[in-house]
Amino acid sequence: MDASAVTGQKQENPAVIRTEELRVQAGGEPILKGISLEVQRGEILSIIGPAGAGKTTFLRCVNRMAELDPGIQVSGSVTLDGRSIYSQDVDVAMLRRQIGTVFSVPIPLPMTIYENLTFGLSLSNHPRSAHAGLVENALRAAYLWEEVKDRMDEPARNLSGGQQQRLCLARALTLVPRVLLLDEPSSGLDPISTAKIEEALQQLKTDLAIILVTNNVKQAARASDRTAFFLFGELIESSPTEQLFTKPRDFRTADYISGRFG
Amino acid sequence: MADRTKAAGIALKALTGLACILIIGMVAIILGNILINGMPRLTLDFLTRAPEGGMTAGGIFPAIFGTFALVILMTIVVIPLGVATAIYMHEYAPRRSKMVQLVRLAIQNLAGVPAIVFGLFGLGFFIEFIGRGMDRVLYGGDLVYGQPAILWAALTMALLTLPTVVVATEEALRAIPQSYREVAYSLGATRWQMIRRIVLPQAVGGILTGGILAISRGSGEVAPVMFTGAAYFLPDLPTRLNNQFMELGYHVYVMTTQSPDVEATKPILYSTVLVLLLLTFLLNFTAILIRSQIRKRLRYGR
Repeated sequence: MDASAVTGQKQENPAVIRTEELRVQAGGEPILKGISLEVQRGEILSIIGPAGAGKTTFLRCVNRMAELDPGIQVSGSVTLDGRSIYSQDVDVAMLRRQIGTVFSVPIPLPMTIYENLTFGLSLSNHPRSAHAGLVENALRAAYLWEEVKDRMDEPARNLSGGQQQRLCLARALTLVPRVLLLDEPSSGLDPISTAKIEEALQQLKTDLAIILVTNNVKQAARASDRTAFFLFGELIESSPTEQLFTKPRDFRTADYISGRFG
Repeated sequence: MADRTKAAGIALKALTGLACILIIGMVAIILGNILINGMPRLTLDFLTRAPEGGMTAGGIFPAIFGTFALVILMTIVVIPLGVATAIYMHEYAPRRSKMVQLVRLAIQNLAGVPAIVFGLFGLGFFIEFIGRGMDRVLYGGDLVYGQPAILWAALTMALLTLPTVVVATEEALRAIPQSYREVAYSLGATRWQMIRRIVLPQAVGGILTGGILAISRGSGEVAPVMFTGAAYFLPDLPTRLNNQFMELGYHVYVMTTQSPDVEATKPILYSTVLVLLLLTFLLNFTAILIRSQIRKRLRYGR
């Protein structure tokens, strides 16, 4: 990446999330081999790559979920707004409230729709009176408000798969995070639900830094501003999306996006 | 050849069927015998009066009350202890930790210890060691807690039923999808918040199942309470934790082995056994009712 371009951008729009030489090992096996990436507010960074490239692990390092798995070792640095998220004095629960996460399959908690949406809020000292407003904002942002506004007391699992995933998106948004991480959010969804989520992301990115891991190369091309290509735990290339898809610098990127492997 | 395989098949079917019938038959005979011989004396009077005339007359109310009190005290102790143990092992301890392996080994062994050994342990540990110790320190050597009492009997019984509760709770914890835990963490839950908001509500059915099994076991055991608190004959009800008490199972044992007049005691014995069975069913049924109520309240759960 052009160094002057990076510093130029940094002054007007500093990176929200920045990783430097991020390395992860699981039981001695390297999973990430030194990833340096950053994502700013107002942009969607998509991460593509074949299975086993370390895309999900990368996300799980950013929200510190990786350490929940036994035998995982993380080294290198990850910063949120310039502060290391791995330093001793970081409150992990507080950190995760600033980093919304949407998983690859919709995971509604076994509660009502409303309880799902207020779950994160109820964990901190948010006044209850503020819940309804935050829930509505989040639902509107996830393009789900009209569909569920009269169904708040129904069990969340009554929703369709696509609705459930938008519920999970809204649930992450209720906490008004700084960063949104999405791990293949539309892997099991129909095209219409996928389109709604992508549309929501375009609106959301004005206030957020978004990292979108996807198995779907077309989704990365459609929905993201920059794209990073991972292969076997290495960052092969990261460029503005248009450039990566039209003029990839590495032949492996070219092979992958043209569907020759992976 | 084909005939022989066919014949073997029929024989096998007959044998396995016979085994089933044998089981049903035995249960029917036991229950039938108790019902027929126990019903005639099962009057309100019998249920509400104390034994009289050296167990040859009167009722069994103190024993019913004592059993109730014992089981409830035991439940109050064993559920928190068992649930806490299971939660530590499953939610806090690192996987494959030496500590957890040790605890699990201890619990498996605990489950294999004969009930009479628990009784002797309760006598030695709770009464002689803890009770006497309390008396020395708190009561200047007066005999207050250093003697058989319902408290010690309940604690002994709780130890006996602890493995049941731990194992049932662990099963319930294992059945909760890991993804729920991850969602809770991703929304900023601390470990304790995750346990309280996700794990405990989801596991409550399994925990209560463990409680039900513990109650079934506890209300029928005699050996653990015979040295630790059950009284031979005590018309007064226990009102303090250091009182002795009558217990149905022990009462049955006493009437069977110590009666001055076996023939006169027999009808009472039958009715007492019937009451013991009914009480166990009742306690079980209540626990099952509570569980289904809680499940209904959490109807969005599994």
